[in-house]
Amino acid sequence: MADIAAVQRIAAPEVAEGIAPRGYWRTVAGRVRRDRLTVTAGAILLAIVLLAIFAPWAATHDPLQGDILHRLEPVGTPGHLLGTDETGRDIWSRLVYGGRLSLFCGLSPVLLATIIGGVLGLLAGMGGRLLNSLIMRICDVFYAFPSVLLAIAICGVIGAGIANTILSLTVVFIPPLVRVTESLTRQVRSRDFVEAARASAAPLHAIIRHQILPNVLGGMLVYATSLVGISIILSAGLSFLGLGVTPPAAEWGLMLNALRQAIFVEPTVAALPGVAIVITSLCFNLLSDGLRSAMDVKLPS
Amino acid sequence: MARFLAARLLHTVLILFGVSVVAFGLIHMIPGNPLDILLPPEAPKSLVDHLRAEFGFDRPLYVQYLAWLGRVFRGNLGTSIFTGREVTRELLRALGNTLVIAVPAAVLAFGLGTTLGTVAAFNYGKPLDKLISVLVILGLSVPHYWLGIVLVIVFAVEWNVLPAAGMGGSGGLPTSWHDLSFLVLPVATLSMIPIGVIGRMVRSTVLEILGNDFPTALRAKGLRSRHVVFHVLKNAAPPTVAVMGLQLGYLLGGSILVETVFNWPGSGQLMDLAIFRRDVPVLQGTVLVLAAFFVLINLVVDIVQALIDPRMRR
Repeated sequence: MADIAAVQRIAAPEVAEGIAPRGYWRTVAGRVRRDRLTVTAGAILLAIVLLAIFAPWAATHDPLQGDILHRLEPVGTPGHLLGTDETGRDIWSRLVYGGRLSLFCGLSPVLLATIIGGVLGLLAGMGGRLLNSLIMRICDVFYAFPSVLLAIAICGVIGAGIANTILSLTVVFIPPLVRVTESLTRQVRSRDFVEAARASAAPLHAIIRHQILPNVLGGMLVYATSLVGISIILSAGLSFLGLGVTPPAAEWGLMLNALRQAIFVEPTVAALPGVAIVITSLCFNLLSDGLRSAMDVKLPS
Repeated sequence: MARFLAARLLHTVLILFGVSVVAFGLIHMIPGNPLDILLPPEAPKSLVDHLRAEFGFDRPLYVQYLAWLGRVFRGNLGTSIFTGREVTRELLRALGNTLVIAVPAAVLAFGLGTTLGTVAAFNYGKPLDKLISVLVILGLSVPHYWLGIVLVIVFAVEWNVLPAAGMGGSGGLPTSWHDLSFLVLPVATLSMIPIGVIGRMVRSTVLEILGNDFPTALRAKGLRSRHVVFHVLKNAAPPTVAVMGLQLGYLLGGSILVETVFNWPGSGQLMDLAIFRRDVPVLQGTVLVLAAFFVLINLVVDIVQALIDPRMRR
């Protein structure tokens, strides 16, 4: 790699002494910073994440401790600003603690699927015809299931629980990530600089690390962030069906299900957990849109 | 075109085979004996063995798979462990009920989605475009099961103008205004996500086409703007058809959450019951049929796309 660095020095001597060129990621960061909507979405997300992390300090009550005398208090009750649920637990505290599980169950499938799907997609994109067909045809089969159906079927079979929710959603998200990564990899692979690296006898792992990966990661990142919103909605949906997080834990989908019985008594309180899901997934979708336009990524369909 | 058709058909058959393997294999990951749910723990061993043999659970997995596949080809999905009724009949009735809400939802979403997307694209950058874009991204960010609850709160609890749940009548196609009123909230809820997805897709596709030279050329030669719109939409049709097909499949497979909210006796509710009753034949049959539906819709979409756009016939 030393000679490539030397070539770059020769090719761009004035850059080395003059003003440093703005790197790709700094350009992207600059564009994002000027995009008010994306910045706002990011700030709200940061606040939600911080509230979830520091839940013990942000919460005003124990999220699991009910109070039988103060069940289903309306929004604005002194001491229970967002009201209480059907067993008298404080809604604000449960929402704050619920953010921990909801964010964890929504983010980790996308993260896991990005890693696994990314590796499989790189293999399929860089490997020979046989490896490519093997990986892509298996993906096709999983693609043949509507995502909600597949997630519910897997969770329904292996049982409820946090780990099973994450597992089932990871399985659902792997095929689309493999497809996107494979397609991006093949695009980059046919470019001249990869040919040049190969001609200069760079080993395969070096080509993947220095030529392929840096050009594929951006697209993967944009695609992965666009899945987080869906992932949060789906994981809360699994809990809503009783197939995800189990009671009495605080989780937004589970809270929504439990409060369904209360829509005739305290409709506003019953709708609140959904508001938390909407705000979070909306912010992730806006962030993903902002990243997409800032990075000027065109994803293969 | 014939070659394209042959290749697509072969591909579909292979995918369907893979789907059947996954559907069968997945359901057999259920821990324990599928009959445990039916029999008390103190059931005599002779009865357990007899029932196991009757349902075929004593045979090796690949034999069970082949026997199941053979029966599936004859349209027999087995009998429910829980109710003892034929799975095929139960499933067809449930699927019919799901179509009663999925088809209107699809029509509504296709109409509204394409209209919103086109209007937004032709008003690119104007307040109308921004308003539609906000609505569309909101549609993608709202959990539909929550929207269902909110609609029930507003229209059934607060205003009391529409029924909160159930199907009214005796199932099947609605026969009266009263039956029809039960459709309104589930259809509205179900159509939200596809409206968002289609609206977003149509907007970006139309924008891309407007970036070509030919719309400008058409305008330059004096064509009226509605004729230009027609030419642009014709070019936007193939990808739109593809997304619509996918969305119809999602409506069928993903209606389970909405059916739970509205207590709608469709395929989603059947699957939900099968999961909680650990009813292997029903679960297997439902997953297989819904996935097969999805695969066939994709086949139809591919053929339609090839018919309207010769470039797709590769």
